[in-house]
Formats: sequence, C-alpha cells, structure tokens
Amino acid sequence: MRIQNRGASRRDQYGSRINRQHSMILAIGIPYSSILLGSILPNLFIASAVPIIPPLGLMMLVAWRLVRPGILPIWVGFPLGLLDDLLSGHPFGNAILLWSLAMIAIEAIELRFPWRGFLQDWLTAALVLAGYLFAAMLLSGGKISGPVVLGLIPQYLLCVLLFPIISRMVARLDRLRLMRFKAI
Amino acid sequence: MAPPSKRRPGFSRRAQYGIFTGYVAAGIGAVLGAVLLGVSLWRPASFSAPRTIARDVVSPAGEVSAELRSDGQGLIESIRGYYRAGSQNTKLRREIELARIHQAEAKAIQQENKRLKALLDLKESSVAPIVVSRIVGSSASSSRRFAYLGAGTDDGVSPGMAVRGPRGVVGRVLETGGDSSRVLLLTDSQSVLPVRRAHDELVALAEGRGDGLLRIRLINLGINPLSIGDIFVTSGAGGYYRPGIAVAIVTEKTNDGAFARIISDPAATDFVAVEPIWQPEAVSAAGTPIEERLGE
Repeated sequence: MRIQNRGASRRDQYGSRINRQHSMILAIGIPYSSILLGSILPNLFIASAVPIIPPLGLMMLVAWRLVRPGILPIWVGFPLGLLDDLLSGHPFGNAILLWSLAMIAIEAIELRFPWRGFLQDWLTAALVLAGYLFAAMLLSGGKISGPVVLGLIPQYLLCVLLFPIISRMVARLDRLRLMRFKAI
Repeated sequence: MAPPSKRRPGFSRRAQYGIFTGYVAAGIGAVLGAVLLGVSLWRPASFSAPRTIARDVVSPAGEVSAELRSDGQGLIESIRGYYRAGSQNTKLRREIELARIHQAEAKAIQQENKRLKALLDLKESSVAPIVVSRIVGSSASSSRRFAYLGAGTDDGVSPGMAVRGPRGVVGRVLETGGDSSRVLLLTDSQSVLPVRRAHDELVALAEGRGDGLLRIRLINLGINPLSIGDIFVTSGAGGYYRPGIAVAIVTEKTNDGAFARIISDPAATDFVAVEPIWQPEAVSAAGTPIEERLGE
C-alpha cells in the first residue's frame, strides 16, 4: 500500500513509521467484516410493520467503494451478496445480482464523472440505493401493490440521510485499517 | 478528489488483463445471481438449508439483542408512566370499575358455556404450546415481513405451526433450522388468514398489505357491515390456527371490506408461543389432490 509522505518521514496519520508496519489482517479484514456486520445488523432489530431499517450491508459496501475506491475489487458483489442473501429475508440470489449490478453501476458513473466531491458521492449512493430498494421490492416474490411501494419511501429517506454518517464511519474504519503496529 | 486512475495502469499487459478479468468476473457474478434468484423465485424452498444454518449461527446474537430490547422498552414505558401518572390514574380507576362489571358478566357466560358444553358432551380443548421462545430478529430491511424465532426443530417446531404472542396471532412458521425458525408475519404481502368478527359469525380473509396494515376481505359480498373498531379473531378455517385468537382491529372502512391494524405487533412482542397445527388432518387433506383418497 502506497502511503503519501507529507514531509513527515517519522510519523503519518497512521502512527509512527519507525519499526512499525500495517497489519495485513486489519488491512484486508476490516472492509469485509464491516460490510458483513452491516448485513447482520438489520436482522437484530425489530421493526415489524414496515421495512424501515436501511439495507446496512449494501450501504457499507457503497460507502467503502465511494470513500475508498480501489480496495474492493469490482466482482466483490458476488461473495458479499451471497452472505447477505443468507441473512436477509429476500429470495436467494437477490443480493448477488443487485450488489454486482451496483458495483458495475458505480464503476460506470465513476468512468463518466471522474472528478467528484462528496456531493456527487452522496448522489451516486442515493441513486444506487433507490435502484436497489425498488428492484429488491419487485424481486421479493411478494405481491406488489401501492402500499408496498409507499412503504419504501421512509426507508429510502432514512438511507439517504444515513449515508453521510456511514461514509464518515467508513473513513474512520479506514484509518483503523491502516494503523501501524510494532514489527519485530 | 479524482479517484486513483486504476483504469489506465500504464503499459503493463498483466495489469490491463487483470482489470479486464475483474469486469468479466463482475458480469459473471451478476448473471449467476440472476440465475439463483430465478431458481429461488420459482422454488422458494430451494436454498433453505444454507440459510437456516446461517440463521442458527446468528441467532445467539439475536437473543442478546432481544433481551436488551425488551429491557429498554420496559424502561421507556415506566418513564412514560410517571409522566402521565395523575390523569392516567383516574382514567384507569374508571376503566377498572367497568372491567369488574364485565368480568362478572363474563363469569356468568363462562358458567353457562360450561353447562352447555357438558350438555353437548364436548371436551375442553386447551392447547399446550410446543415451545415458548423469543423473537430474535426480523427481516427489518426487506420489503417481505419475516421474523426469526430462537427455537427450531430441536424444540419440536415444524413448518405450518401457529406463532402467537400474549395478545394475539403473530404469524406462521415457514422454515425451521436446528435452533431457529423463520416466521411469516401477518403483515407480509403473501400472508392470508381466515378470520371472523369477534361478536358474530361474519367471516372474512385478512391479507397482509406489506405496509403494516391488513386488508379485511369479506367472503359474502353485499352491504359492508363492518365498522371501525371491530375486532377480528381467527376462525379456524384452513386448520392451521385454532379459532378465537385475536388478529386485528378495523381502522378504516373501504368499499369491499376494511383496513385493519394487527393486535399483536411483533415489535412489541417479547416472548411468543409456538402452537401445534390445530387440525393436521385438515391441513394434509387440503394438500392432497382430489384424485387421491384420504386416509391410509
């Protein structure tokens, strides 16, 4: 991993550089385990009447992809979606398909608009999440009616509002990911 | 900030091929997902085995969070209780007086019931629950409404059994693992439950709408006899649920029925009881094709 050296040869934001190294376990494990945790968490809440808890697994994936491009390979939607499918109530294959498509869609958006700020990231995430929620509803195997579609709106708004918080969390996790430890 | 230009890695053929392979792999992943999704929409039970295993792994965490949740709810409720203590006290006192009168009446009716049942030589049928368990989770982010129980085949739970909370019906067991099972909640858009109005024999079907309400569809069409506040209980038709468990209360009238709120909201339910299928013969009969003979 290339670390930018901002004039400080002894320290950077991840700790002292002398005799210390990044941990491979953290560097690889944190993104994946945090996305998996995001898949598990919505199952532990009870919100019965309407689907209100955002799809935290996908939100973590999108946040990692947008906040820290380059660490998740583009095909990662398949393995992570598979794990999400085991836990979410959706038909099996739903997250594999939609997460893969989300990764490809973000790649395409990034190709089209390479220079970007947080606002664009937010818009991208809002677009991807809207597509996901709607497609997941269509593919859920349940009956589709007006109330079901209306029931998605509060969940979607919560998703959009939560995205900045999640991306800040991911930024924090990214610093933890690259923390240096004493190497013997 | 521009992203690192991963897409143009320079003249290295290896790096270029690597990126191309990534795109191909992502495309294959999406196609595989579509195929799996098609299979599981076609046959919803296809992937239940890996899913129940995953659920068994996660359910201990669900137990902990369920416990925390019920404690938290208790705390909030007791604080709320202090806040409105005075006005509530007088109201409750008035209600209790009425309730005492009703209780006396109910006792009389119970007595009469017992006498009539003795006359008809009917057996008193109280159903012992198979197991009492916590709701350890729900598909809170999905547009389908499922809940997960912390009990499975090891405790004797099997698909089709009724799940009820202290207030009324919660749902029906759909899929069981070793220590966990998946419950189709009443509000799911695939759930249909035969019900009747509590104070007469008006039968209807309660269908989940997917937004937290139930749609009550009357079986005998005509002038809509429903009114707001009507309570519906299970009718026992279909054989899954035993009759007389509270289901829903009408909140809004429509042309051909009503919208109703469920009485036993799973979010407020802590422990639930799994009850055996009320009439297993009726359920198996319903699943038998007309050509085949029932029985042995």
